Amino acid sequence: MKFLVFIEQRDGRVRKASLEALTLAAKLGGAPAAAVIAGKDVAGLARELGKYGAGKVYVADREDLALYSNRGYVGALQAAREKENPGAVLIAATAMGKDVAPRFAARNASGVLADVMELKLEGDRLVGVRPVYSGKARATVDTGASPLAIATTRPNVFPAVASEGAPEPAIETLELGALEIRAKVTGVTATGGKELDVTEADVVVSGGRGIKGPENWPVIRDLVDAFGAGAALGASRAVVDAGWIDHQYQVGQTGKVVSPTLYVACGISGAIQHLAGMGTSKVIVAINKDADAPIFKVATYGVVADIFPFVPEFAKAVRAIKSE
Amino acid sequence: MNSIVCVAYVPDTETRIRISADGKSIEESDVKWIVSPYDEFALEEAIKTKEAKGAGAVTVLSLGPERAKTGIRECLARGADDGIWIDTKGADMDALAVARNLAAAIRETPHDLVWFGQKGVGFDESLVGPMVAELLGIPQIANVIKFEAGEGRVVCEREIEGAHEHVESPTPCVLTAQKGLNEPRYASLKGIMAAKKKPIVERAASVEEATSRVLKLELPPPPKPCHFIPGGDPKASAEGAAADPAGAARELARLLREEAKVI
Repeated sequence: MKFLVFIEQRDGRVRKASLEALTLAAKLGGAPAAAVIAGKDVAGLARELGKYGAGKVYVADREDLALYSNRGYVGALQAAREKENPGAVLIAATAMGKDVAPRFAARNASGVLADVMELKLEGDRLVGVRPVYSGKARATVDTGASPLAIATTRPNVFPAVASEGAPEPAIETLELGALEIRAKVTGVTATGGKELDVTEADVVVSGGRGIKGPENWPVIRDLVDAFGAGAALGASRAVVDAGWIDHQYQVGQTGKVVSPTLYVACGISGAIQHLAGMGTSKVIVAINKDADAPIFKVATYGVVADIFPFVPEFAKAVRAIKSE
Repeated sequence: MNSIVCVAYVPDTETRIRISADGKSIEESDVKWIVSPYDEFALEEAIKTKEAKGAGAVTVLSLGPERAKTGIRECLARGADDGIWIDTKGADMDALAVARNLAAAIRETPHDLVWFGQKGVGFDESLVGPMVAELLGIPQIANVIKFEAGEGRVVCEREIEGAHEHVESPTPCVLTAQKGLNEPRYASLKGIMAAKKKPIVERAASVEEATSRVLKLELPPPPKPCHFIPGGDPKASAEGAAADPAGAARELARLLREEAKVI
């Protein structure tokens, strides 16, 4: 089956989750996949995609695509789909991907296997697995009567593998004609400074009620720093609702869904609504003074401890072992 | 400015999930149903807009079996004017089929704004809103956390990774509500009484071949028991071990490196 992958870029940076989708497409298809990228001055980015399994890249490079628009970016994907005629389209389930995929699917009278954590080909059918009901069940889904198989892949679940020395992909320019952009992005305000977003991090360190007050975030942030560049800060709903930190840090049913390699829950009891956001993390460390807290039911490693003697010691131990 | 708010009536997130005998759906007896929490943000914003403008209607649109009407009544009690119920007669419908049925009803109802929650809690697909926008051929703004209605246009902020996107769009348009947009109101007793007299129009769903199917629904494998590292805290040491936070921290770091291989 031929795969086409939508590649997301913002500010000239390709999102890692898109490289994960591309690696997966090349693996499932057993051959280099096609990719499509939209933006301004993105031809250089397109050439880099060969390493991740792109044999061909469709490029829509225009001034009016500098900022995201649903009409422009879905238009680019649709133009690539018409030229390439793939059997399946993969899109990373990021904010942009979730904006693009359903609209593109409806345009092609197709469904979407949304936010899958496993994906395979059974004959010419795409079959995915996704958690449902706050992670209390898992659904195996396929694309039924869809003329085009479309899936969005959960970030940080599938590996992005670069093979050095892979040939540069063929580049094909897309002509989109005049774009009448209606919902227009007029600006982008960064909310987290240079911080890594919690959905993109390999390590997430989250704080809950057990941190006792917003004045203690530095203790948690110090542990984030100890893990280094791929780590990000998260929070439970309780502390967001209490106003100790902004909603963008919230992990859970009404916050962000994360699947990092390592999730460290500091002073979080582990209500079902929190587990819905982090239950699929590969390794979970729970630090809580209540040995009966539900977080320990899903934790790989647990320490029954108050945050304050323990977390600073843990940050010290992580720094020590990383410098070995 | 007329708003249509599309709401899903879903299992409460605290509900215990049991798989039914067909292995593809949940056992629905004993399930507590709620208006999906993100749809509450959508409804609140539509009612606020109507109050601010002093004009326009708020119509609640829901698709589902008989119980969906209970969800519509809850929304009417909070201040929506009327409802439309699309009866699925127990048929299971995927996102595109839901979107097609909603779009058909929306086409026949005056609207400037079509609101959704950013996802329906439970299946968490985030598909139906943008699909409806495509079927209606109107713009969409998803994940809205700030909203302002002007004349024939809206100005919004939407949440993306680590940033807010500022978006302007003409109406009609589809909007999906994200947490942070507002604080939904509760229904007043007066509102609950008034809701009983508000009209709910009924339509029959048209069922078509599914473009996404659940082949199997199962409980996740039980997690492995937690490996407790003793001695974390002087006051709360596990298993009566000697309190040694520094030693426990070193042991945890060692396990993460040597056993879990994650640092």
